[in-house]
Amino acid sequence: MGNDFVVPAIVAVTLVTVAIGFYGLRLARTTSDFLVASRVVSPTWNAAAIGGEYLSAASFLGVAGLILKYGVDVLWYPVGFAAGYLALLLFVAAPLRRSGAFTLPDFCELRLGSRRLRTLATIFVIFIGWLYLVPQLQGAGLTLATLAGSPYPVGALVVAAVVTANVALGGMRAVTFVQAFQYWLKLTALAVPAIFLALQWQADGRSAVTPPDGSTFRTATTVVVEQRAVLTLADGQTVEVRPGDELSFAEGEPVPEVSGVANGATDWLLPSAAGSDDRGLFGTYSLILATFLGTMGLPHVLVRFYTNPDGASARRTTLVVLALVGVFYLLPTIYGVLGRIYTPQLLVTGQTDAVVVLLPEAALGAGTTGRLLAALVAAGAFAAFLSTSSGLLTSVAGVISTDVLGRGSVRGFRLATVIAGVVPTVLALNVSGMDVSQVVGLAFAVAASSFCPLLVLGIWWRGLTDAGAAAGILVGGGAAVTSVLITVLGPGLTGWPATLIAQPAAWTVPLAFTVMIAVSLATRRRAPADIGRTMLRLHAPDALRS
Amino acid sequence: MAAEDALPAPRRPDPAGASDGPVGSGPPARTRVVLAEVSRRPHWPAGTHTELTQQTRVGEALVRGLVRAQLALALQLSAVVMVGLGGLPWLFAIAPSVGRMTVLGVNLPWLLLGVLSFPFLVAVGWTYVRLAERNEQDFTDLVQRPER
Repeated sequence: MGNDFVVPAIVAVTLVTVAIGFYGLRLARTTSDFLVASRVVSPTWNAAAIGGEYLSAASFLGVAGLILKYGVDVLWYPVGFAAGYLALLLFVAAPLRRSGAFTLPDFCELRLGSRRLRTLATIFVIFIGWLYLVPQLQGAGLTLATLAGSPYPVGALVVAAVVTANVALGGMRAVTFVQAFQYWLKLTALAVPAIFLALQWQADGRSAVTPPDGSTFRTATTVVVEQRAVLTLADGQTVEVRPGDELSFAEGEPVPEVSGVANGATDWLLPSAAGSDDRGLFGTYSLILATFLGTMGLPHVLVRFYTNPDGASARRTTLVVLALVGVFYLLPTIYGVLGRIYTPQLLVTGQTDAVVVLLPEAALGAGTTGRLLAALVAAGAFAAFLSTSSGLLTSVAGVISTDVLGRGSVRGFRLATVIAGVVPTVLALNVSGMDVSQVVGLAFAVAASSFCPLLVLGIWWRGLTDAGAAAGILVGGGAAVTSVLITVLGPGLTGWPATLIAQPAAWTVPLAFTVMIAVSLATRRRAPADIGRTMLRLHAPDALRS
Repeated sequence: MAAEDALPAPRRPDPAGASDGPVGSGPPARTRVVLAEVSRRPHWPAGTHTELTQQTRVGEALVRGLVRAQLALALQLSAVVMVGLGGLPWLFAIAPSVGRMTVLGVNLPWLLLGVLSFPFLVAVGWTYVRLAERNEQDFTDLVQRPER
């Protein structure tokens, strides 16, 4: 597929990112500048930076892909990704900022005074960070392969190299500016093509998204299958296809039904109903729990709060972030829905994550407009990979440099960045075939089952003890990690076990809370003696501080 | 001024110690310096908020009250979200006809989840920020009132 605007657009985004990084480097003189931007970041910049960091490949590519594939039930992904900030605002934002904790391990030590708990938290931060980095790099590989025809590893390696170098050299100060810029770039890159797409859809006579007798191919299409599936053709015949198979469809031919995808109008258009689809309903609630409660436990989200000057501004910043993120999430739905009309072949190939980057050319034709818009989308997608990976890498490198290498120096941080960047790159080169959003969803489930109970109980309940916190993280987080490993590596399960493992949050989050509370009550004597002072510090209004 | 007698504030060794942290006497606890300002204690203006910093019963009760008020507010607003958003899958499941309703040609679930949920979340967040700041203002007024 030759779109000669794509590579220049991606190069431009990368260069601007690096350029702002070096500008930041010139400004970053002290270790404090380097790691925490010296807290001179204004709230508006900060909110845009948080939004820019948060809107990852999963939001930019994955959500639209999932909507194309599964329909209304996965609208809970964008809703949950946004609602996570509300949970963060209600339960965590201001007290966490006042605590002065920079990372989750800091919070553990500060609230419970336990070095061992700190180590446990460090392990979880690194696991979640890497689990979240892999799909970013995967998305980069997929985008470049789809649009520029490069081999899959190229995109992943480019993003990994740029981000590692940028974080290692520029530090947090640079990252803040880069990310604020990237929020607006991502919004533009989805919003402008969305307007063109909507107009084109009007001009095409507002084709039905779910026509009564099934979707059809609008043009003659040749499809190369990428994932094993069973197709049910229009005449009722079933065909098993393997990766590499080529299928040709004539113009107006109906799109075959694909196994594992919401095909019919009712399936795609309507929510899971009780009785017929109890597992779907369980999955929905599990997803809601994971995304609502997982955001607060993501390492790169938490680090940002330290850049607010005080608790009240942390609250206000979070509210602005919620609004910015909400505006962004209006857009992927449009791509997912129009993808049903213009790019039905993705359902057959299984590469639904590519819908956002393919849709402009598919709908508007391969003329200059279509190609320019495709390049804009590709630039936005790259901004998504770069910004989220930078944030994740900064926080993983931060905990590695302080807690594993045991140095707080700039050199230590640089070394840690390289270590933190290499591991997910290797992983990303060796896994493929999973939906980007689903991997990210698993990272949310782990965060919701480990750090969410720790933060919520730590901030609001005096009775939490270090033993309780450790037990809750080990049991709840451990169960979620096990589910992730089974999903990614293990045998294919069917029925209820498959649902419980694929969307674990609905049982692992309550489990984590229960264990944490029960063990804390049993070890009541271990509660920190200075809890009164800690609570005062977390909750007293900023006006009372000098 | 009976309460004043109970306060150990005048026993602080020197003014420098008072600005250093809430615990003015005794050897400072060993602290590990990490990335964050973990080791930094908040600085309180001497005198006015001694009840809070000296952990008197009154101060303790005040802080407990504030924490309880803020937690109640957060829980109430999350209940609003739990009913408003969390009830939707259940509603669509037990009353499939609701899911089939269309508004302006769009199925209701798409409209509710894809569009309206976001302003709803922002509105809840805005309400929380306002009310939480009001709770804090009440607390500040209470603490800074010269006579009780």
